[in-house]
Amino acid sequence: MIEITNIYKTYDTGNKALRNINITIEDGEFVFIIGRSGSGKSTLLKLLLKEVEPTSGKIVVNDMNLGKMPRRYVPKYRRRLGVVFQDFRLLRDRNVYENVAFAQRVIGASPRKIRERVPSMLQMVGLSSKYKSYPQQLSGGEQQRVAIARALINRPEVLLADEPTGNLDHHNAIEIMKLLDKINRMGTTVVVVTHSNEIVNLMQRRVITMDRGCIVSDEEGGAAHEN
Amino acid sequence: MRISTFWYCLKEGVKNICRNVWFSLASVATISACIFLFCLFFSIIVNIQHVVKNVEGTIGITVFFDEDLSEDAIRAIGAEIRDRQEVSDMEFTSAQEAWESMKKDYFAGHEELAEGFADDNPLAGSASYQIFLSDITFQDQMVEYLYQLPGVRQVNYSNSAAAGLSSFNAVIGILSLVIIGVLLAVSVFLISNTINVAASFRKNENEIMRYIGATNYMIRAPFVVEGIVIGLMGAFFPLVGMYFLYLESVGYLTAKFQILSRIFQFLPLSQIFPYMTVVAVLLGLGIGFFASFFTIRKHLKV
Repeated sequence: MIEITNIYKTYDTGNKALRNINITIEDGEFVFIIGRSGSGKSTLLKLLLKEVEPTSGKIVVNDMNLGKMPRRYVPKYRRRLGVVFQDFRLLRDRNVYENVAFAQRVIGASPRKIRERVPSMLQMVGLSSKYKSYPQQLSGGEQQRVAIARALINRPEVLLADEPTGNLDHHNAIEIMKLLDKINRMGTTVVVVTHSNEIVNLMQRRVITMDRGCIVSDEEGGAAHEN
Repeated sequence: MRISTFWYCLKEGVKNICRNVWFSLASVATISACIFLFCLFFSIIVNIQHVVKNVEGTIGITVFFDEDLSEDAIRAIGAEIRDRQEVSDMEFTSAQEAWESMKKDYFAGHEELAEGFADDNPLAGSASYQIFLSDITFQDQMVEYLYQLPGVRQVNYSNSAAAGLSSFNAVIGILSLVIIGVLLAVSVFLISNTINVAASFRKNENEIMRYIGATNYMIRAPFVVEGIVIGLMGAFFPLVGMYFLYLESVGYLTAKFQILSRIFQFLPLSQIFPYMTVVAVLLGLGIGFFASFFTIRKHLKV
């Protein structure tokens, strides 16, 4: 469960990115966070990743209070999260298999575990046949699938996706959302930050709308509203 | 740490080197230059010290005793002096031995002149000890001690020889330290630059690693491996070069300047090379490890 209570974030520049944010996300939920540029969506994601610290307030993720977490526990905490970015962030000098295996290697997983998990994860995202391909040989949608496989390989409880369809055409965007939906149905909490009203309307899930650092609406089975 | 993780870090470190091969080569070359000069000075210094030690061994302090002191009393004082830590060797010369030696040196061919003295030893009361020190720097301290001893009449010693040798040693030591220090600083700067370049090449990868939950140790390891490999390579080449250079130089100098061999005996390579290797490898390892370890720290912000 993610509990965000009375969060304020003001950057050193004086920019008030978040003001009195209160959100509770239950285990296994699928949540969209939408809003215009500068509304505070990305800052919220950064706070969940413990990339930045809140100015005040409390964030608890899976019973871990991020405010009281010493820096040395951050890597262990992040292993319980999966992250997907708009620009995929794949390693271009490694093939699909190696990109996914990378996430296991850097946390010191055994070679046996890697050999077991990577093929099944690639099968889950539908890229078994392309395991030898390099990122530049894949379409945008396929690259995002690799990024999702990499985010999920360590079996995180929460998947955070920052504009996962931002660089994709309509067809691929829909495919990626279907994949995220499948992952969510398998028990992973999914939080998606997006601009795409079309995607939000299609999925009919919980939608939190932000504007100028505040939450303006939080609707179950909601839809995005044109401003 | 798993063996697979170890191999992974090693592989990534070597990959880093290959990715920016020119920077790596520049770092290896600088460290090599630094370690080569270190080896060169090391060989020169140990050989000079070897010569100095030999010369020091021939510079003695001569102690003369009161004329009315018996030989037994003089030998008792001698035993007391011999117990001192600074003393490496002592030679006793009785008054009779001194007279015999003088006869041999000054009356050679005119022995009849010495016969005039008959049994009247003109050097009676000249029994002495010649004292050799383990280190010439102890000379002043020893002379002071000897003058305090009851029965000691006179102490002869060469102050300038001791001071000259000590200061020559010190100058060579300081000069080499300064040169090596400057080269060390240049090496650290260059290797740190190389690691910075490698870190910017791997910026994306490091970011992904941080988001995935890799520990700082895991992010840092390939860079430290890179630094260590560069450092070890920087030690390997000068050692190989020095091995052959020393053999060739000693062979050449000994053959070309045979007169040198009477006053200057080079240490055999087998006697200095093991120490040189250990120090050079530690130096390369140290430069590589510390430069990379501290350079990469600023890239580890979680």
